Amino acid sequence: MKKFMFVNRKAPYGTIYALESLEVVLIAATFDQDVSLVFVDDGVYELTKGQDTKSIGIKNHSKTYRALDGYDVEKLYVERESMDARGLSEDDLIVDVEVLSSAEMAALMAEQDVILSF
Amino acid sequence: MKFGILVSEGPYTHQASDTAYQFAKAAIAKGHEIQRVFFYHDGVYNATRLTEPPQDDRHIVNRWSALNAGHKVDLVVCVAAALRRGIKDEVLAPGFRISGLGQLVDSGIKADRMVTFGD
Repeated sequence: MKKFMFVNRKAPYGTIYALESLEVVLIAATFDQDVSLVFVDDGVYELTKGQDTKSIGIKNHSKTYRALDGYDVEKLYVERESMDARGLSEDDLIVDVEVLSSAEMAALMAEQDVILSF
Repeated sequence: MKFGILVSEGPYTHQASDTAYQFAKAAIAKGHEIQRVFFYHDGVYNATRLTEPPQDDRHIVNRWSALNAGHKVDLVVCVAAALRRGIKDEVLAPGFRISGLGQLVDSGIKADRMVTFGD
């Protein structure tokens, strides 16, 4: 078993990276690997509550993050500095996460076998 | 060493696919193996044989095909990303194949190092 980390760095809409990252995560979960997700930079917006995409005509995929524990993907990490810079706290997020400092995040990344960044 | 490569940007607009190709070529020249190149997001546009750049420019698609012909590098295009963008079997350049995202995860498992080229 390898340690796979998915690093999400982009806002949920505006580009397709967040959605297509989520698609890889759901596939990786079926491979019986040790999967974790990281949210940094604008990627922290992917987890914010109250996303409403009606007016841009794009599917709201934020609910999928809540379904991840059904796929045994339970390791979600958010960088504290990224949240602070955007005025967000854990209460603004739709799922339970572990908040790490960037130094702690770097240490966690160093432990991984495969890092895929989106 | 066995490398897996992920290309996540389209050709010409973005340097990612050029750099990925140069990396793959250099790695092979040093005796390493490129276990697979996986094309995702707009990276799937690297696989269309309809590409016709001006004559004085590099032909990014044919370069990938040559890498497959010369070194048997497995060139895999993500099916979900491809269908979204109109890339199907009938427009694939030689050496490319369309398959699922599982091939990316499989590459991560089998390769010693996974290298991503994109934004």
